[in-house]
Amino acid sequence: MEVLDIIKPENQVFCKTKLMTDTSLSYCPGCGHGTAHNLTMEVIDELGIAENTIGVAPVGCSVLAYDFMNIDMTQAAHGRAPALATAISRLWPEKYVFTYQGDGDLAAIGTAETIHACNRGENIVIIFVNNGIYGMTGGQMAPTTLSGMKTSTSPYGRDVEKMGAPIRMTELISNLPGVYYATRQSVHTHKHARKAKKAIQKAFENTRLNKGLSFVEIVSNCNSGWKMTPNDANHWMEENMFPYFPLGDIKVDGKLKSVAQ
Amino acid sequence: MADLKLMKGNEALAEAAIRAGVDAYFGYPITPQSEVIEYLMSQQPEKRTGMVVLQAESEVAAINMVYGAASTGKKVMTSSSSPGISLKLEGISYLAGAELPAVIVNVVRGGPGLGTIQPSQADYFQSVKGGGHGDYKLYVLAPASVQEMSDFVADAFDIAFKYRAPVLILSDGLIGQMMEKVVLKDEKPRLSNEEIIKQYGSWAVTGKKDRERNIITSLDLQAEKMEARVHRLLKKYGQMEKEDLRYEEVHCEDAEYLFVAYGSSARIALKAVELAREKGIKAGLLRPITLFPFPKKQLFKLADQVKGMLSVELNAGQMVEDVRLAVEHKVPVEHFGRTGGIIHTPEEVLEALEQKIMNHGSIRHHKTRESGILQN
Ligand SMILES: Cc1ncc(C[n+]2csc(CCOP(=O)(O)OP(=O)(O)O)c2C)c(N)n1
Ligand code: SF4
Ligand SMILES: [Mg+2]
Repeated sequence: MEVLDIIKPENQVFCKTKLMTDTSLSYCPGCGHGTAHNLTMEVIDELGIAENTIGVAPVGCSVLAYDFMNIDMTQAAHGRAPALATAISRLWPEKYVFTYQGDGDLAAIGTAETIHACNRGENIVIIFVNNGIYGMTGGQMAPTTLSGMKTSTSPYGRDVEKMGAPIRMTELISNLPGVYYATRQSVHTHKHARKAKKAIQKAFENTRLNKGLSFVEIVSNCNSGWKMTPNDANHWMEENMFPYFPLGDIKVDGKLKSVAQ
Repeated sequence: MADLKLMKGNEALAEAAIRAGVDAYFGYPITPQSEVIEYLMSQQPEKRTGMVVLQAESEVAAINMVYGAASTGKKVMTSSSSPGISLKLEGISYLAGAELPAVIVNVVRGGPGLGTIQPSQADYFQSVKGGGHGDYKLYVLAPASVQEMSDFVADAFDIAFKYRAPVLILSDGLIGQMMEKVVLKDEKPRLSNEEIIKQYGSWAVTGKKDRERNIITSLDLQAEKMEARVHRLLKKYGQMEKEDLRYEEVHCEDAEYLFVAYGSSARIALKAVELAREKGIKAGLLRPITLFPFPKKQLFKLADQVKGMLSVELNAGQMVEDVRLAVEHKVPVEHFGRTGGIIHTPEEVLEALEQKIMNHGSIRHHKTRESGILQN
């Protein structure tokens, strides 16, 4: 059989995500951002809403998300994506609006914008990539950095007495009535990625049904910032991040789940 | 049929926003401009015109809501007063960098710090010299009456969309709070979503239906691209100077002495012109209506005619620097102003002209020159 006989649509088991551009990703190999981008774009493509979706990119490693996601996008100031998304969604209520943010962006500098967009129950999707560190600026401590974890600004390990304990943002915001759906996922294995995709899908469906705010946290590795190989980083994440940031739904259809521990 | 009303400056501005077909207002309360959002809320603009009005959690959030809304091609504005404007500056810089149209209103109060809630013009530097980070400028309109608070809303949006750039209306606590008669413009309908897509679809993010996607960003990691962006901005500012400079001259034809003043100070300087003329002093007033662009050429020309100029401001001396730059040392230029929220009287202003310019002007002028030589 010739190669061209094999490359036929009916034989295809996998292809590049249609809504991703051909620009090569600026992420470190093994970083979760690329997979999180892919899944988000797959969902938007499969729901057939690409022409009606507006994304908001953060400041962080994913600042250039708009170079990779082939949809209309606005790049926000550090932490302010939920404020932009609020306005866009209020002015174009029939559109799908989402933010894509890191943990420094969402849980430190943008805490107020996050909490108040959640509290108002804006009809938007927030995709929150929590890698426990400031990836872009070279691996400084984030509000989500685990206790004892070494970063360039906590070189002797995070001392929670002085630096505070890592924030579980998804639990925090799920107590607000405006939040309709809050879940924590991961994308480091196929199994996890499939579940994460379902969660993202549910989030965008909530927008369609005008249900209010959907919050999808993705616990991810930052192998460069953690100074590990991608594989070690994923193992470290399973062993250390997941116990503190347990995966699973926290709030579904406006109701808190008693799991998440 | 003229719609004549007696209104506060802040309320006239808010009513003008509804009538100008503005799509959204985002704000956070601060004295002396809280009437803007209060008036808007009282009018239920969502019902009247479909305008979105939202009280944000902070000025930072408000300006970033403005940024989000502006990126979709909608007509959007915010207002605040000095400390709040300081918080908005990052967002304003982003608006300028990303080339987005929006209107920002500053009803200035005294500073620095929490300062005072009384009127002031101490945000002149912040308004015309950039304010936020990076190489940008704002087109700055300075209303001097309740009528102008009303009229400048539509004017500001015309400029904002002509240049795809943020425009600042620089008012102050006096103009914002006082009541005066105002003729309101007729209500203009808001653009429909279809019209917005048709007019601004080449750049706005509205969903990429029937076109390639649009991106709104102020980021250029490639130096050459970033420089090209800065040059694009500079070109706009040059065009503003050529096409959209606004100023008013009162009794300048035969003036021997000139007051330069904007906003509420211009009202007081105008009275000082009258008092001066009663005493036989030929005084005139140049009122910059736009602070950027600044009437540089007009001042340069007037310097050939007058013996001196007094920059009258409610601050410790800010615009006076630009007047001096414009005049290029042809005549003495001095500053007179009160701070802390105290508003100068016309008598004080005239006295300052007599003491600082008429009696000491020429001596001072020489001194400046001499010290200039010595320093070299
Ligand atoms: C106002 C402002 N403060 C600080 C920065 C610098 N900065 C850029 S990205 C970043 C942290 C991003 O971390 P995170 O949101 O966790 O994203 P990640 O890179 O880890 O995906 C910081 C502090 C900035 N660009 N703007
Ligand atoms: S620095 Fe970290 S977050 Fe950024 S691309 Fe590399 S691995 Fe990913
Ligand atoms: Mg991070």
